Amino acid sequence: MITAGLLRQAPRFTLALLTLPVLAGLAGTVIPAFSNDANGLRALVQWPGLPRAASLSLVTGVGSAALSLAITLLLVASLWGTRAFAAVQHLLAPLLSVPHAAAALGLAFLIAPSGWIARVLSPWATGWTQPPDLLLLNDPFGLALTLGLVAKEVPFLFLMALAALPQTDAARRMQVAQSLGAGRIASFAVAVLPSLYKQLRLPVYAVLAYSMTAVEMAMILGPTRPYTLSAQVVIWMADPLLTGRATAAAGAILQVALVLAALGLWHLAERLARSALIGLAQRGLRAQAADGPARLIAALLGGLITGGLFFGLAGLALWSFAGLWTFPDALPASLTLNTWTRAAPDLAQTAGLTLTIAALATTLALALVLACLEAEHRFALAPGAGALWVLYLPLLVPQVAFLPGLQVAALRAGLAGHWLAVAAAHLVFVLPYVFLSLAPAYRAWDARIAVAGAALAASPARVFWRLRLPMLLRPVLTASAVGLAVSVGQYLPTLLVGGGRVETLTTEAVALASGGNRRLIGAYALLQMLLPALGFAVALLLPAWAHRHRRGMAVAP
Amino acid sequence: MSGPLQLQDLRVTRDGQAIVALDLTVAPGEVLTIMGPSGAGKSTALAAILGTLAPAFHLSGRIVLAGREITALPPHLRRVGLLFQDDVLFPHLSVGGNLAFALPPTVRGRAERRARIDAALCAAGLSGFADRDPATLSGGQRARVALMRTLLAAPGALLLDEPFSRLDADLRAQIRGFVLERIRREGLPAILVTHDADDARGAAGRVVSPLGLPLMP
Repeated sequence: MITAGLLRQAPRFTLALLTLPVLAGLAGTVIPAFSNDANGLRALVQWPGLPRAASLSLVTGVGSAALSLAITLLLVASLWGTRAFAAVQHLLAPLLSVPHAAAALGLAFLIAPSGWIARVLSPWATGWTQPPDLLLLNDPFGLALTLGLVAKEVPFLFLMALAALPQTDAARRMQVAQSLGAGRIASFAVAVLPSLYKQLRLPVYAVLAYSMTAVEMAMILGPTRPYTLSAQVVIWMADPLLTGRATAAAGAILQVALVLAALGLWHLAERLARSALIGLAQRGLRAQAADGPARLIAALLGGLITGGLFFGLAGLALWSFAGLWTFPDALPASLTLNTWTRAAPDLAQTAGLTLTIAALATTLALALVLACLEAEHRFALAPGAGALWVLYLPLLVPQVAFLPGLQVAALRAGLAGHWLAVAAAHLVFVLPYVFLSLAPAYRAWDARIAVAGAALAASPARVFWRLRLPMLLRPVLTASAVGLAVSVGQYLPTLLVGGGRVETLTTEAVALASGGNRRLIGAYALLQMLLPALGFAVALLLPAWAHRHRRGMAVAP
Repeated sequence: MSGPLQLQDLRVTRDGQAIVALDLTVAPGEVLTIMGPSGAGKSTALAAILGTLAPAFHLSGRIVLAGREITALPPHLRRVGLLFQDDVLFPHLSVGGNLAFALPPTVRGRAERRARIDAALCAAGLSGFADRDPATLSGGQRARVALMRTLLAAPGALLLDEPFSRLDADLRAQIRGFVLERIRREGLPAILVTHDADDARGAAGRVVSPLGLPLMP
């Protein structure tokens, strides 16, 4: 039984839980860079790859964030309210739960010189009978990496935009603007975008920070000579010599500075875009001719992203069942369960541990989020804008900048390498997503139900357990599935806090990526996708079954 | 243990302005009507008695139910029942589940609880409806289930928040008669809030404004 006093402290406790590890980790990361006469900083400056690695981080990060946002807005602007929009929505939503590593591996298989696209086109169109010696993957400009980041971030931004749209009164504003003669794109840009972007800002910042610092995607798709800065920091960190750690710390500081600079630039661009929009509106922007091409481009790009991810992942799945599959055959000569039977013991053990960590992190996150939201309801607390920033803190601060510090703390406490420590680290990343997923439904719950319950002499606890929680079964399970997916996909926290001794499906898949055993990679990546997918299936089917005789609980179509 | 509901110099203010000012006693079986246009403080008066007043409001005076002061108690300990404008049945529970939720835990034993629920359904002319989905009931049926649910919780007083305004005209008189008859039979002090003169006349009791002025319906 939770006392009211404890419940009232839940929001404060949760905010501390998000802030303290990030700040303590940052401090723990930064200090080694300056110790020993700032050896680390000196080593970093002397590294010849530094300018290139730093600019790669900046260009791929800002480029993919800008592209992701542009594609998302184009999709929303040109398709919102149409039948195609519902189709795009249903295609993109499941892609959100695909871990970054699996998505990167799938794309890698698709576009590699020996990948599916080359196979389908060979030899009849290309004349290749051997995989060509082209640098399509890991290209020095980070194009493959940018593509991978865009494919993974568009579904996220699209769903965040979808959640924010109802609060912008978009339907009526579009109607008014269009009745005044503006085209669809112009109406959206002038009448909806300003209030939509206000709510998209934090997710966009999170995408920007993530794209600049993604490690597993950079290792699979990104350039290798040099790596992007974040990937190089992780490599230095694995250096057995102590000098590597100091260089890594210095690199992490630079990475934070780069992210801050990019956020500053982005903010500047926001202001420029804002005054440009106002100017266009005042000049009476109509741009009806833009609607046709915009719709075409949106459909094309949306199709490319979903198609790329889908076929990449399907290719991975196929590899795990492939017998002989030589270049340039488009399909394997035979199918076999050999890969799965041979790897079954390892796969089962790794999947079990992955699921255990995810279940613990998600359960804790769910309990804390429910406590926060229930405290907000019972004590009529109004969360400020600052609380939202804190919620996004673990998503905004580069992982390479605070996880090393946490790793050192875990080592000191003798917890490093234990799966419980890994689950605790996952909690910091799982909690924001669970909160963002559950809060809208929780706050939208009909409060008269609680009054009706109290008028029937039911205590607040009874109202929570017997009325609110069962009525919110669907959003609670969906939030849990989101949490599960986030935990399963975590790479760097698992690698660092686990000290390389806690092996999950994600760390194994990334470790295998450089080896080139596509059958085994396929098996790990398929399981990596399957666990979150199972979570979402349960979130969909269990409420439907539990409420099968309750028409009042049906989802609105 | 039914007794009168006393509002002793009950005042609710917001930003220093009086919204509710009532000093009266509702006898067991009496239905007092608070009438006024929307926004006149009727709902505020109900929230004050129910204990769900928002923090922006300031309350003074005493609320005494059957000799027990309930002014500072949380809503679920006041023993004040409520009928909403809509029925607010719990959509995830069956009709019987809705009634069972209201039945006090002091009624023990599965058979005894089931018998009490069946009896309540029978009294509402809804025998055999226990396993039904509330979403499949008609408006009149839902209104009767909502009333029986409120009564099963054994409240010491009843608040009616325009409970008939959503019903069709012919159904309205019938449900109103049913509700008022049950209140008199149970001997509960009741307060009806409405902007409808017909409802006020049907209640056949005193009619006041939220600021306590006597009105003629």
